[in-house]
Amino acid sequence: MSSVDAAVSPRPVGARRGLVWNRQLGSELRLIFGRRRNLAMLVLVTAIPVFIGVAVKMSTPRPGEGPPFIGALTGNGLFLAFTALAVCLPVFLPLAIAVVAGDAVAGEAGAGTLRGLLTIPVSRTRLLMVKSVGVLVFLAAAVLLVTVAGLITGAVLFGTHGVTLLSGDTVSIGNGLARSAAVATYVFVDLVGLAAIGLFFSTLTEVPVGAMAATVVTVIAFALMDSVPQLGGLRTVLLTHHWLDFSELLRSSPDIQSLLGWSLLPLAYAAIFFTAAWARITTADVTG
Amino acid sequence: MTELATRVAGEDPATAEDLAIRTTELTRRFGSQTAVDGVNLTVPHGAVYGFLGPNGSGKTTTIRMLLGLMSPHAGTIDILGGSIPQAAAEVLPRVGTLVEGPAFHPYLSGRDNLRRLDAFDATTDPSTSGPRIAAALDRVGLTAAAGKKFRRYSLGMKQRLGLAATLLRPRDLLILDEPTNGLDPQGTREVRSLIRELAADGTTVLVSSHLLGEIEQVATHVGIMSAGRLLKQGRLTDVLAETSSLVRVVTPQAAGAATVLEQLGLTVTDLEVHTVAVRLDGLAPEHVNASLVRAGVPVRGFTVERPALEDLFVQLTGEGFDVVR
Repeated sequence: MSSVDAAVSPRPVGARRGLVWNRQLGSELRLIFGRRRNLAMLVLVTAIPVFIGVAVKMSTPRPGEGPPFIGALTGNGLFLAFTALAVCLPVFLPLAIAVVAGDAVAGEAGAGTLRGLLTIPVSRTRLLMVKSVGVLVFLAAAVLLVTVAGLITGAVLFGTHGVTLLSGDTVSIGNGLARSAAVATYVFVDLVGLAAIGLFFSTLTEVPVGAMAATVVTVIAFALMDSVPQLGGLRTVLLTHHWLDFSELLRSSPDIQSLLGWSLLPLAYAAIFFTAAWARITTADVTG
Repeated sequence: MTELATRVAGEDPATAEDLAIRTTELTRRFGSQTAVDGVNLTVPHGAVYGFLGPNGSGKTTTIRMLLGLMSPHAGTIDILGGSIPQAAAEVLPRVGTLVEGPAFHPYLSGRDNLRRLDAFDATTDPSTSGPRIAAALDRVGLTAAAGKKFRRYSLGMKQRLGLAATLLRPRDLLILDEPTNGLDPQGTREVRSLIRELAADGTTVLVSSHLLGEIEQVATHVGIMSAGRLLKQGRLTDVLAETSSLVRVVTPQAAGAATVLEQLGLTVTDLEVHTVAVRLDGLAPEHVNASLVRAGVPVRGFTVERPALEDLFVQLTGEGFDVVR
């Protein structure tokens, strides 16, 4: 026992704080990425650009049909990444985020492991931080996988000659890759707002499926409201309103001001719902 | 009952420093129901405190409040000299807990579940994590099943893993809620000897249970809850000796004896033609005998029956099988 005694200090101090954070986040990421269900969702979103690429290769689509940018695909492979992101953004990525974010706190509460963590003790604020970063890492991984799988599949099937933009200008491969990175970042920021909503729902219940469903329903509700023109200006504050506007990045001189402005919306949602999640988790009784 | 509890506490005056757990007037309501009602828990350092009560008597709610999982509506909590929840970060690492059954991630192995708990403990050294986890698993006899997924564990194995989690680092206090639930007799014996070993090392243990025989074998102190109130607490020997011993008097004048005994303030529990039984309620048996003789009651037989914990428990919490509320 004596060697164990020496291994224990009453409180983390200074430089150890970062180490503690790394251990906790590492454990959380192992939990998220070790779950077969979550891996299956990542495989699914990775398969989508491959599937689209093969389908397009086998039957050249006429312009104006199918998902966004699909007509531009045959010209240059990089567009497969944009097409795939546009296909995944309304359904597959929100679903994956809803599952992981909805499970984050509710899953631990439902299994009873939340009380185990809190009595270690882990502060409730810290736990929410670890959970949030875990969800964001999963989100980043999902967006990155779609993008990279799209780029690679596109390059293999359609080649990587000069990238022709929507405006008709042709830019270098390097420029095209930079734009891909910018699009992926824009999509990531779009979904950060949804991740925060999922986390908030996750703090309300001990039934993870409930939190997941509520998150998905929220996306659907936003999309439905966005399709009602009578709502007018109100639509511009819907979380999903500017999601697909990353096409701006595919013009020769994108309107960076507008893009940044649109990105503020999901970040505002994230701030509001993260605060709500924090208020809830720091005050709720843990009975599960 | 409350005055009795005070009497016991009064005979064993303990200052805050001597106590591993102290609550004052701890109260928690759910809607209109008061689940925990003015509970003053005193658990001395080094004690094995049996926390008893029927289902729904408020034991688990009390434990949840002790650990900061739930906030009390009134009252204060001190654990190992720090108040909860303010000092939880300093105090709780020294407290091993098993609350409301073992809860782990079903898809992780036993070892990986302990690894996760250890990773979240800011007070442990990651470089010793492996050996500490192995030692904890060994101590509860789970080494062979360490790599199995938690959902494949039997109830007894789950319970053992819950105990292993409390042994990941040295603890000054263990709070164990029904630790032998689901264990076979062998496992129950092992848990008992584990509790004894830990207590011998100086660890204070609060163990809640409704298995009274088991508590009687390990506990040095007991507290009995019923309908949200702590009806009685103190040293097990004191509680059993003072409050619930029965005196059975054999006499041809049973009715006369009963009158004398009632004048002494005792409660007659049984009156037959030639015998009277009373609860001593802390009175010395020799004093009772002297009073009877002085009153001219011919005493043919005088026996002091020292009841088991179960008798006390039933005496305090009632015979009924029904959940009180």
